[in-house]
Amino acid sequence: MLAIDGSFLDFKQLDLLALRQTAIHRLDPRAKLLTTLCFIVCVVSFDKYEISAMLPFLIYPTALVAVGDLPAGYILRKVLIVIPFALMIGLFNPIFDRQVIMQFGAFDIWGGWVSCLSILTRAILTASAAIILVATTGFPAICEALEKLKMPQPFAVQLLFLYRYIFVLTDEGVRTARARQLRTFGRRGLGIRHFGSLAGHLLLRTWERAERIHMAMLARGFSGEVHSRRRQSHFGKQDLLFTVCWVILFILLRLYNAPQLLGSLFTGDL
Amino acid sequence: MSHHIVETRHLKHVYADGTMALKDVSFRIEHGESVGIIGANGAGKSTLLLHLNGYLRATSGDIIIGDGQLTKESLTVIRRTVGMVFQDPDDQLFMPTVYDDVAFGPINQGLSPAEVEARVSEALSRVEADELRDKPPYHLSGGEKKRIAIATVLSMRPEILVLDEPTNGLDPYARRQLIALLKAFHHTRIVTSHDLDMVLELCERTIVLHEGKVMADGPTLEIFQDDALLNTCRLEKPFAMQGCPICAPCRRPFPEQTPLIEPHSSRPHDHDH
Repeated sequence: MLAIDGSFLDFKQLDLLALRQTAIHRLDPRAKLLTTLCFIVCVVSFDKYEISAMLPFLIYPTALVAVGDLPAGYILRKVLIVIPFALMIGLFNPIFDRQVIMQFGAFDIWGGWVSCLSILTRAILTASAAIILVATTGFPAICEALEKLKMPQPFAVQLLFLYRYIFVLTDEGVRTARARQLRTFGRRGLGIRHFGSLAGHLLLRTWERAERIHMAMLARGFSGEVHSRRRQSHFGKQDLLFTVCWVILFILLRLYNAPQLLGSLFTGDL
Repeated sequence: MSHHIVETRHLKHVYADGTMALKDVSFRIEHGESVGIIGANGAGKSTLLLHLNGYLRATSGDIIIGDGQLTKESLTVIRRTVGMVFQDPDDQLFMPTVYDDVAFGPINQGLSPAEVEARVSEALSRVEADELRDKPPYHLSGGEKKRIAIATVLSMRPEILVLDEPTNGLDPYARRQLIALLKAFHHTRIVTSHDLDMVLELCERTIVLHEGKVMADGPTLEIFQDDALLNTCRLEKPFAMQGCPICAPCRRPFPEQTPLIEPHSSRPHDHDH
């Protein structure tokens, strides 16, 4: 539990990073959002056995970490949180997919291993792009960008509230779990049955909190529409340049296998 | 609105599950008064507060805010007049940054951006929190959150301030700071609390609620001297009015309990009061 506790606390750090002032931070949120989306679509759309063609995509997170003055170690640690989930998805591939698709010395390499590794690569690439987006833009600005890109307001508000209260709710969850842990003395407590009522309580508490928040909103004249301050930002030349250059690069990297081309350049097979 | 009065007449509220939270509550609070509402848990304090800005509707009885009765039509005006500060600042601060939160009310009032900006700056400097304006609320300490919660209401320029347990969960320093802040306000103030010392310091008048009824209504000092009343209402004297624990242990509500510090007749009276 403490591990979860710690990693959530760390998300606040992500917020602080978004307050920095670098060339990347100053870009319009829409530019970064669109570029990231394009990046993710390109990476995800690769063939399931593809690994080598994806590697050049690392240039995007690397470049942004460098220019955006982000702590690389910290971003890497955040990305590592996602790895177990990706591993869970790819875990059974080596068991079900035993077709030999390449040989490495005397070893047969099953398709399952390759696709599992491919999933991992995708996870690392997409997660790092998303985390870098938040670390250079800040969550509220992303929501605003989504709204400007014509996402319906209720969704944007939903996201904002999720972001605002995820800390409060995890806090409540962690406290409840801790209270349970302290009274089970290393045993299992009452097992799974117990967790049912625990989750139920958490839901009820969340419900009550939602009611109180609504009350606080009504008390300040809320009438169904959340007006937030519009940050002065316009989509300028640099933003356009940033987006277009990256998108063209992504599409090229998606269409042509750069490492293979480079390799054949050296071996003269081109 | 010329008179910022708050009046309830035979207010009664029964919750949907049949719990009668308020039986018969009548009082009249005049312009500029500072009134404490005290009572045991479940006495009806929170229910009463939720009536004052129309969140709950009375089962019977009337509420008069300013010149008019609280009705569905006057709700918007009344919510602008009565600034309500809730107990848990996490419920009150729901926007991504402090600025957005303090601006929420004024923007909903339809003010111009320049006016909103002015209101936010004024409210933040009033609670001495100018430097926090761009911070997200979960980066704030408990005391800061509380002050910002008050600023979110001040920015609407209410005439009446209603505060639910304002000193709850604050450390002694933050509590002092908050009391000093509230003392400086000239609004009509209504405060509920279990922090009786704060009530003693902040409110010249106190209303005691007990089981949904007004048990007493009068000058705070007089009410806190009425031991019989305090006993029936499950309250006790503020610590400031209890005796020195070393030389004269006070009379406790549970006489069978041994005092925290044994009275020592032999102990020389060598401490200051």
